[in-house]
Amino acid sequence: MSAAPHQANVVVIGAGIVGNSMAYHLARLGWREIILIDKGPLPNPGGSTGHASNFIFLTDHSKEMTLFTLDSVKQYKDLGVFTQSGGIEVARTQERMEELKRRMASSRSWGIEAELVTPAQVKELVPFINEEIILGGFSTPGIGTVDSLRGGTLMREKAQAMGALTVMPMTEVTGIDIERGRIGGVRTTRGTITTNTVVVCCGIWSPRIARMAGASIPLSPAVHQMISVGPVPLFSDTVGEIKYPIIRDMDTNGYERQHGSDMEVGSYDHRPILWDPDDIPSIEQAKLSPTELPFTKADFDESLEHALELMPEILGDPKIGIRHAINGLLSLTPDGLPILGETPEVKGLWSAAAIWIKEAPGIARAVAEWMTSGVSEIDPSGSDIARFYDHQKTQAHIQARSAEGFNKTYGIVHPREQWASNRNVRLSPFYEREKALGAVFFETAGWERPNWYESNKPLLEEYGDRVMPRRYEWEARWWSPIINAEHLAMRDRVGLVDLSAFAVFDVTGPGALAYMQKMCVVQINVPPGRVVYTSLLNEAGGIKADLTVMRLGDSHFRVVTGGMDGMRDKKWFTDHLPEDGSAQLSDLTSSWATVGVWGPRARDLVQSVTRADMSNAGFPFATCRAIEIGPVRVIASRISYVGELGWELYVPFEQGAQVWDRLWEAGQRHRVAPVGIGVYATTGRLEKCYRAYGNELEQEFNLVECGLARPQVKKDEFIGKEAYLKQREEPPAITLCTLTVDDNTSRSGFKRYMQGREPVTTRNGKPLVDRHGRRSYLTSAGSGPSIGKTILMSYLPPEQAKVGTKLCIEYFGEEYPATVAIVGPTPIFDPENTRVKS
Amino acid sequence: MNVLVCVKRVPATGGHIALTADGQDIDTRYLGFTISPHEECAVEEAVRLAETHGGSSTVLTLGPEVATEQLRDAMAIGIDRAILLEAGQGEWDPMATANAIVDAIRSERAAGREYDLLLFGNESADSAGYQVGIRVAEALDLPCVTGIKALDVQDGLASVRRQTESGWETAQVRMPAVLTVKEGINLPRYPSLPGRLKAKKKDIERIQPRPQDAGLEKVRLKLPVMAAHTVEILGSDGDAAPQVVEVLRRLRLV
Repeated sequence: MSAAPHQANVVVIGAGIVGNSMAYHLARLGWREIILIDKGPLPNPGGSTGHASNFIFLTDHSKEMTLFTLDSVKQYKDLGVFTQSGGIEVARTQERMEELKRRMASSRSWGIEAELVTPAQVKELVPFINEEIILGGFSTPGIGTVDSLRGGTLMREKAQAMGALTVMPMTEVTGIDIERGRIGGVRTTRGTITTNTVVVCCGIWSPRIARMAGASIPLSPAVHQMISVGPVPLFSDTVGEIKYPIIRDMDTNGYERQHGSDMEVGSYDHRPILWDPDDIPSIEQAKLSPTELPFTKADFDESLEHALELMPEILGDPKIGIRHAINGLLSLTPDGLPILGETPEVKGLWSAAAIWIKEAPGIARAVAEWMTSGVSEIDPSGSDIARFYDHQKTQAHIQARSAEGFNKTYGIVHPREQWASNRNVRLSPFYEREKALGAVFFETAGWERPNWYESNKPLLEEYGDRVMPRRYEWEARWWSPIINAEHLAMRDRVGLVDLSAFAVFDVTGPGALAYMQKMCVVQINVPPGRVVYTSLLNEAGGIKADLTVMRLGDSHFRVVTGGMDGMRDKKWFTDHLPEDGSAQLSDLTSSWATVGVWGPRARDLVQSVTRADMSNAGFPFATCRAIEIGPVRVIASRISYVGELGWELYVPFEQGAQVWDRLWEAGQRHRVAPVGIGVYATTGRLEKCYRAYGNELEQEFNLVECGLARPQVKKDEFIGKEAYLKQREEPPAITLCTLTVDDNTSRSGFKRYMQGREPVTTRNGKPLVDRHGRRSYLTSAGSGPSIGKTILMSYLPPEQAKVGTKLCIEYFGEEYPATVAIVGPTPIFDPENTRVKS
Repeated sequence: MNVLVCVKRVPATGGHIALTADGQDIDTRYLGFTISPHEECAVEEAVRLAETHGGSSTVLTLGPEVATEQLRDAMAIGIDRAILLEAGQGEWDPMATANAIVDAIRSERAAGREYDLLLFGNESADSAGYQVGIRVAEALDLPCVTGIKALDVQDGLASVRRQTESGWETAQVRMPAVLTVKEGINLPRYPSLPGRLKAKKKDIERIQPRPQDAGLEKVRLKLPVMAAHTVEILGSDGDAAPQVVEVLRRLRLV
């Protein structure tokens, strides 16, 4: 076979739908000397693209995934490979009917045309369905199917026509060379290619390819069973591949999709069947293809019965046979999201993996934009490969969570739902104390964090109806009124909050100040002992991170950020460290445990365990310094995310328990309450209108829009400054506002409470869209026990971003009146911040 | 009429066959299991005979417990009854297999179940001994026609045809008889969903065959050396036409 070209600007490994889309978008964005490699033949090299059922449902509760999908559909349409068929998710249970209402809400939030339909209406669209066993459906006309192999071929050909692409099928990657932490070349069965950039688009093989470079792409190949049944007489007059809407039988985790004269029946109902990437057969070893494994019949039996119940007329016909049946391999990840972006381990090694047909071209566009300019139009943060902590890259974690996630593919997943597998991975030094207090633990980034404490049950009596009890099981799920009671107790007295899940990075060295100035929007050259709250921007002025920085010395800064965002933020910081080594970053997350002490009596409590001057004059707001609590030196930082007087206390990890004990003991006089993250992340935060990364703050919005623009801009340069200055000159297209619900009473007469991500409309039900096409939805929702109202946050167009505007929230098919209470960042509770500064 | 069809569970191999390290078996890590295409046709033929003439069809296999998969596959397309001769792991040679089947047929007879036709595949897909059907016929003193590609049953007579190099041979045998079937005799149907689900619930009768002496001993398997193929790409689209014409000329086809 002929030798490979010796040199490339980028090597894309894998010629499935992802690799082909990637090659095209890179070429479109100006990349040249692109090489696309696959070990298999074209157009179907044997990966998951080749056996996909190729249908696209549009609505996902995740905004990021929905936007990727919508962009993909647009691209497939432009290529002429999309066939619109419509699709219906049908419900067999009342619980599912409720979920379908929730899917309607998500559809409205993300701008997808859809409607709830009766069994009779489903029957009209799908005459062969047994409407007697369904209660209704969620119908989306824009759903359809694609020819992903053809689509991939067309994209590849477009890149070739631009003179940008060399395609090398039947070429296997045998190694990846690294030079000083960066990609140096790709070794193949046809020679070595020198390159500085590689994109791994290898689907289920991605972990194997990444490992050649010493990096990790934590996904697991998993079996998805599918059969093809035919010929169906009713389909004999179908022109093209599909005429009837695709059915998702949600409660049995199955689907039925016409494919020409056949009906494809697929399932996510069977036991999770995971494969090790190293055990996947080679092309030679596999009978059909490496991703089409022998069908294991027994696993599919129940799905057969479900399918037969739903479509007895077609599938019960003894003349119609099972003509094809496979255990198809696809990719699952520990958190269900794709794995995108440059690997934290190796510069120039990019991942575009764990991507399904429905989102592939959209994701390829985003990753190509990200590779080209550092910024993509759709914010890929949720899928950023940098999100994973080390423990999340272990085989044990990948297998456990992928298996647990598999049967949730069509599941009704509560927004607060907790994973059951691989828990108790990261425990703070306070853990045993918390357990003894009846903590109900929720997991963040592997940390077990108390969400509330059963020992606080007596507070329920103290506060009565002020805890805003929830009658509906959905809203009461993964929730307790004790959260709101803890909130009130903290506001009345004092609470202890375990914040050890914070990610903590120290930045040191002679260049530390200049470096931190470049990273942060806010002035970092403050006197040592000051604490700064700042945003980090990308080059386009999108919000990349949101965190606090303590200046501990002239050349010593401590960055504290949320556990969820820790690893992503760490990569962002690390990527920008000066090349001359004048500043270093060390990850001290495992060295420092953190406990927050907040409430009107916080000063009394902390003062009683230290000789340091904790008075307002002696320890002003937004300052930090070391204090002694008994024999322990603690860094105290006077800030608050819950709007109360108090401190974050940073304690050396191994000494954490005794500091907790001293605070707990001294706190008894003040009736201290252990307070969970339910207060910290939701009720306390929302009453103060503090923005949270991933909810309000994302790359799609800027500082002016979210209300975090300060009156002055520092003179020093920082990343995104140019874009930020421009944003400040224009009136914002959309503004983050705080709303309260006027009346939570539903038609049933009982109160209901939104959970976040619901659509915001005018009182007439008209959706709100800004001039860039961004729609208004709830970025956060939760109880405000101190103000006795449900607090909501939403970005609103200028016309609605006015105090007093009357709006509506759609929640489980009903409209709830809400009113704009605050425009911008002013807290709804204690707007003057007198508590924080007291 | 009552028909018995005998099948053998074999790996569903692709183009490339891998052996286990000890050379004793095919490496089946990535493979599913099936029966030979000849046997698939024999099963289809048995179903059709029972459908056309009434009576019942029975499928029999000698093999491990997992071979019940192949019995259920046969029942999924319409076979009425299934018998597993529980042979456990390991290969039984044609003589031992035939003896065990003969025993089973004799005990069926003793229980009052007579078969008009015993169908086999012409050969198995893996070891291809071409023997079991003939040995069973010999032991039971029944007439036997091998390699049949057409079958018609009337008045106790089976009219069969087999293809030879020079044409078709036609024969008539009085039933009961043994026939070994070749692929092409029919187009086997696919299992329907109801068929598959019905087959799942059906009982499988089990017989413990008595140990048999083997006539053959497997030493080891060897893969034949595959002839190397070279492919020369003459061009693509219309550009390739002159070269194609040249090749056809060389082959004296034009």
